Amino acid sequence: MARATTPRRKSINTALAWAVGLLIFFPILWTILTSFKIEAQAINDPPLFLFFDWTLENYAVVQERSDYMRYLWNSIIIAGGSTLLGLIVAVPAAWSMAFVPSKRTKDILMWMLSTKMLPAVGVLYPIYLLFIKLGLLDSRIGLVIVLMLINLPIIVWMLYTYFREIPGEILEAARMDGATLKEEILYVLTPMAVPGIASTVLLNIILAWNEAFWTLNLTAAKAAPLTAFIASYSSPEGLFYAKLSAASTMAIAPILILGWFSQKQLVRGLTFGAVK
Amino acid sequence: MTMTIRALMGACAFGAFAAVAGAETITVATVNNGDMIRMQGMMDAFNAKYPDIQVEWVTLEENVLRQRVTTDISTKGGAFDVMTIGMYETPIWGANGWLVPLNDLSADYDAGDILPAMAGGLSHDGTLYAAPFYGESSMIMYRTDLMEKAGLEMPEAPTWTFIREAAAAMTDRANDINGICLRGKAGWGEGGAFITAMSNSFGARWFDMDWNAQFDTQPWKDTLEFFVGMMSESGPAGYATNGFNENLSLFQQGKCGMWIDATVAASFVTNPNDSTVADKVGFALAPDNGLGKRSNWLWAWALAIPAGTQKEAAAKTFIEWATSKEYIELVAEKEGWANVPPGARTSLYENPNYMEVPFAKMTLDSILSADPNNSTVEPSPYVGVQFAAIPEFAGIASEVSQEFSAVYAGQQTVDEALAKAQAITNDAMEAAGYR
Repeated sequence: MARATTPRRKSINTALAWAVGLLIFFPILWTILTSFKIEAQAINDPPLFLFFDWTLENYAVVQERSDYMRYLWNSIIIAGGSTLLGLIVAVPAAWSMAFVPSKRTKDILMWMLSTKMLPAVGVLYPIYLLFIKLGLLDSRIGLVIVLMLINLPIIVWMLYTYFREIPGEILEAARMDGATLKEEILYVLTPMAVPGIASTVLLNIILAWNEAFWTLNLTAAKAAPLTAFIASYSSPEGLFYAKLSAASTMAIAPILILGWFSQKQLVRGLTFGAVK
Repeated sequence: MTMTIRALMGACAFGAFAAVAGAETITVATVNNGDMIRMQGMMDAFNAKYPDIQVEWVTLEENVLRQRVTTDISTKGGAFDVMTIGMYETPIWGANGWLVPLNDLSADYDAGDILPAMAGGLSHDGTLYAAPFYGESSMIMYRTDLMEKAGLEMPEAPTWTFIREAAAAMTDRANDINGICLRGKAGWGEGGAFITAMSNSFGARWFDMDWNAQFDTQPWKDTLEFFVGMMSESGPAGYATNGFNENLSLFQQGKCGMWIDATVAASFVTNPNDSTVADKVGFALAPDNGLGKRSNWLWAWALAIPAGTQKEAAAKTFIEWATSKEYIELVAEKEGWANVPPGARTSLYENPNYMEVPFAKMTLDSILSADPNNSTVEPSPYVGVQFAAIPEFAGIASEVSQEFSAVYAGQQTVDEALAKAQAITNDAMEAAGYR
């Protein structure tokens, strides 16, 4: 039986949700505000919230000093490419685990997840040496492969969860109608799992976009994405917080806008099958 | 006619394209600080002189850069042709054979002009492995108005006793003025560097000649107790988490009477665009304790070539240009003498134009008073003033400085921290085979 929600409780819940939302968003808001201050005001004590001399100077300096578009383009290719490649591998894998499970399916899923528990730095040297041997250092294709591999467990897990919600009888009916395996996955399963696939894609693009260990350690000048762009504005000797904030705002803006417009699909996909 | 002009324009464009396409591209990894960023803005001059060498920059935050270039050089990755490294890495990497020796620089370059302290710290067995781009030491920056108000006069070479008294006299809690601001932040290059340099002046050292840790000795106890006592009396709240940037921010806002830190900070605190106290800053040598060693450190950001690069000649050409007298003059002409990279060349300090810069003499005096080969009162087996140039030091000192920061935060006593530091250091040195 559903629990009755009184208007008072609803108001409290709404206020609470807003408070938590604002708390989470505050660092981003502060970064954006700081990017419009001059350096001296960026470190002002007490901090200046809205009443300061708004300036675009930091954005001009960042534009002049760095080739933003090159970093942005690298980020788009690396995040998009790794997600696409991940989907190509993960959809058949999740299909087989969801609809043709074996005794070991659960163990395989847990093992895949366990690979996420290894600290990345633990395999830095082996991966670096492999990249040198294969000529993949400072290449976008190298990063696409690495980010695909590190996000693959999450993609497989998410798709597996969504696929499990789809009745196997529908796929069986398609098979009885003569659909091949490829047709079954492409024309029957995929359209039904679109919300799940969409949220998987969005989440993985965000993860790949924000990944800052491998993208910093495996790149130099050519394949460096926006994470390296931000790192180039951080300095332990010198107060460049306003410029760093401008660079950060420029780096997160595309993914923030993408997340903003697709939040419905993201939330729907993430909560799909969460409550039974 | 039109055809001819078009053909000529096409030929010119093709020629320009061919020149760029035929140019050798070198990748330079560097830190994000004012001097390095300024150099990136001077590349037109380099390209005009050397059109056959193109430079690609990888600019990273200091700690990220250190990890990145260490990974690359130790695996012979070849991602970079020129690396910006410090005085800590250079002798270690030089000894490992990871760097190209720079003992064949051209006569025009005048390697003999490099300040001896810098050349010494960037060499191994007498061979120079990195050319200093700029050098720094540490010194006292103080508020002349507050010092005057306190009825005191800063000596050119003060003692720690004077500094403590002056800090107490300048402290004005009601007006949010702290007598002294110092680094307390954990990290071997942050608070760890400061306390190590300070300990030198108290007669302490990291290791005896047999590589035994020395944290169980009286000089270390005196150092920490003095530091904690002075900061409790006159330091800012929460100093345990303050590093260079936090103290710079406090000083620029007029909240510190004195600040002892890198000489490079002088240009920041005297810049009227950023500092509210720009016209009230004086300079003095870092304090001592009458034991013959001052508490200033020595550091240089230098350019080196990783062994195995395919572009050694181009890399060397770039390094010669970037660390030359010609480059210093170029910066002076475009941005003024106060903005030239300091602390690398003797000739800079013989230039009357540069010596008019308020902090020039004190920077030189500070650099000259630091000797990386003889930094401690008692003999020590290591090279380095605020560090010991051994590969294990960064890891050990990071842990030790965390213990010290815990004291500053009031989480443990001086004795507890020193006991832990002693155990951490001896264990690590034993594991590394020194003991």
